[in-house]
Amino acid sequence: MRGELHFDVVVIGVGTAGLTAGTRLAEGGARVCVVAKGVGSTHLAPGTIDVLGYGPDRVEQPARALQELIAAQPEHPYSLLGAERVEEALEWFRATAAGGPFEGYTYLGGLDRNHLLPTAVGVLRPSALIPETMAAGDGESRVCVVGTPPLRDFHASLCAANLFQAGVPARSVQLKVEGQRADANALGLARTFDDAQRRAAFCADLSLHLRGEDRVGLPAVLGLDDPHGVWRDLEHRLGRPVFEIPTLPPSVPGMRLFEILRSAFRRAGGRLVLGSEVVAAERSDARVTAVRARAAGGEMRYVAPWIVLASGGFASGAIELDSRWVTSDRVLGLPLHGVPEAGQPRFVEPYLGDHPMARAGVAVDGELRAEGCENVLVVGASLPGAEPWREGSGEGIALASGFRAAEVVLSSERAAAEAPA
Amino acid sequence: MTETGLQDLVRGSLDHCVKCTICETACPVSNVTPLFPGPKYVGPQAERFRVGDEPSVEWSVDYCSGCGICTQVCPQEVKIAEINAHARGKLKRQEGVPLRDRIITRPTVLGRLGTPVAPVANLALRLRPARILAEKLLSVHRDAPVPKFAGHRFSRWARKRTSPKSERRIVYFHGCGTEYYEPWEGQKVVAVLEHNGYEVEVPKQDCCGLPLQSSGLFDDARKVVLRLARALAPYVRDGNTIIVGNATSCTLMLKREAREILGLEDDPDLKLVSERTYDICELLDELHDRGELRTDFQPVPETIAYHAPCQQQGHWIGKPALELFRLIPELEVREMTARCCGIAGTYGLKAEKYEIAMDVGRPLFEQVGASGATTVACDSETCRWQITHATDRPSVHPIDLLHRAYGL
Repeated sequence: MRGELHFDVVVIGVGTAGLTAGTRLAEGGARVCVVAKGVGSTHLAPGTIDVLGYGPDRVEQPARALQELIAAQPEHPYSLLGAERVEEALEWFRATAAGGPFEGYTYLGGLDRNHLLPTAVGVLRPSALIPETMAAGDGESRVCVVGTPPLRDFHASLCAANLFQAGVPARSVQLKVEGQRADANALGLARTFDDAQRRAAFCADLSLHLRGEDRVGLPAVLGLDDPHGVWRDLEHRLGRPVFEIPTLPPSVPGMRLFEILRSAFRRAGGRLVLGSEVVAAERSDARVTAVRARAAGGEMRYVAPWIVLASGGFASGAIELDSRWVTSDRVLGLPLHGVPEAGQPRFVEPYLGDHPMARAGVAVDGELRAEGCENVLVVGASLPGAEPWREGSGEGIALASGFRAAEVVLSSERAAAEAPA
Repeated sequence: MTETGLQDLVRGSLDHCVKCTICETACPVSNVTPLFPGPKYVGPQAERFRVGDEPSVEWSVDYCSGCGICTQVCPQEVKIAEINAHARGKLKRQEGVPLRDRIITRPTVLGRLGTPVAPVANLALRLRPARILAEKLLSVHRDAPVPKFAGHRFSRWARKRTSPKSERRIVYFHGCGTEYYEPWEGQKVVAVLEHNGYEVEVPKQDCCGLPLQSSGLFDDARKVVLRLARALAPYVRDGNTIIVGNATSCTLMLKREAREILGLEDDPDLKLVSERTYDICELLDELHDRGELRTDFQPVPETIAYHAPCQQQGHWIGKPALELFRLIPELEVREMTARCCGIAGTYGLKAEKYEIAMDVGRPLFEQVGASGATTVACDSETCRWQITHATDRPSVHPIDLLHRAYGL
């Protein structure tokens, strides 16, 4: 054991849910420390805020579908949170992004209607709140999808062919980017697009290949320093709307999303400890009194009256299903909910099917408090009852639950302060 | 745990790699040069082809700067940087070690040679023809930032004085940078500690072996770090005294890297020293948390830039220097978000890597330039020298600002 540090709230996990909770808490005046073993899922996801994409049919109006889901699935995280909270969280995020580190880079949309954006394989995917750089992907006019050889996992021809099948007139162009290494990923290309000269050369070349298309779709590589400027510059040079199509990881728009939230958290005065895995929790009755996290040379003890668990679900390794079919919360050892009983089906036949096991998560009450642990609030993919990758709901749940957890902590503290001694 | 056992632990972590590429997004080197294909490729992927004593088939690992950011950001706890360090050690054993790497990795030898003849040595190190010659003969880049010998050693100063007696004793590990190049930083550390009621003891000590380790000279590095551990351990056996250092990469070497990378997990002296070593800002931050840090700070009406070096980030404690700066009235701090200055200890000195190191550091240098800061604060001396070399801005250890604010 090394030393110890005290905070008002310790947040475990640095994904969208953890950073949202941390930022809201710090904005509310709490001393917050976010501890995480590594960077979260932001860098792997498309950077859009998907609230509800499928229910199970494709959702056109998330606001309405949300009401239906809440009525039909009382155990779903959205049912604990309520549609209004989702709306508030989106509102907050839109403002946070607009005031964030990337000048002019805004998020568009809300719960009124889902945008339909092409994926890298040309399937139209519904999303509620999207970066402005993707907005022109939503439409039925003629598209030219542009690929580049070094980005081996982005096949412009496949994307265009599938879009064509879906009724969007599309064709593809494959274009070299000058000075690009042979095996660049999206991040390498984004650095290239940050460079005005190479961007101009690319546009000049691309202009020769464009015909009468109304829009140009590019893999999501339009810069990491100044995405708004890069995107505007491309639209200007190509003389038509340009949009980004999310790629395989690393996700450039996802990295921007992380940076928006991280910088908001830092601006609000929060402390971030990265690389430090939480390995143990100290408990006293129905409370977690401290968490211990790995540091160089020993463990650090983080003591706080409130803990927010934002460590993610199975994908992050925070919830585990071992070879003896035992599921557990590896971080704080809290009870789970939604784990199929012995003898009940855990998984179903189709790989992308509705697996009962996928809905397992840390058991909570209506205020996101962990079962049997009144000072731990559970957010994001740690929550039970949802299947984000089927529903297209991951970021919506993360944002709204992070938002809600902060509200619970701050209002409890306010009530305690106002209560007569 | 045996050496093999530990290396299996490091190596075994590669099976946790899900190829998510998060390390690639953070790697400062692969983002600027195609010579290093990235931590995922060179680490968990290429490691599968490095079999026992068979010759290595992959050379690009030598372009890893060893900054360790990949391990820090990995969400699956893969010991990427450590895998790469082992691979580089193996490569060096196979291919032989250049003379240069045997020289520039021995700060103690260089310091002892340079100190008595400091004016001449400093002049020679800044003479163009001499540097060109050094580049030709030794492959040390002619433009690389080399520090000036102070001409006097910190330990001489420390030996001549006695720290005021106190209940709270602390052992100061000053490292080679303070000893030979910046003895005044050490004097400030001592002053700040004494101001906070510590009796500061400065044992006879030596290099931590990090430069040797990061150049792949593991056997030599083991000897050097164990010698240091033997020197420090007797002072902390009481179970109460702790060691504090201002060279953040050297304290990290003692805390974690020597144990993990050099496979010395079993050495009792090193284990003890590892557990009891603190970075100076880490210590002061904890003191403040306990309400034990004196906060009689005077205003410092300045704007500074703060860069947390990669090795400081490897302590996995966040950025305590920023918490301390908040206590100083009127001090405006700009937190730099660019990751790395490029130097990585001795990496940026090497002729074939100097340009890469400068490219790695460019986003940081630009941020510093745009920050309006008069001074850059940074916890690692080699990073400070690189930042000053590239930006012409003076750079100081965070302790410098605390020392000033205390009015010492």
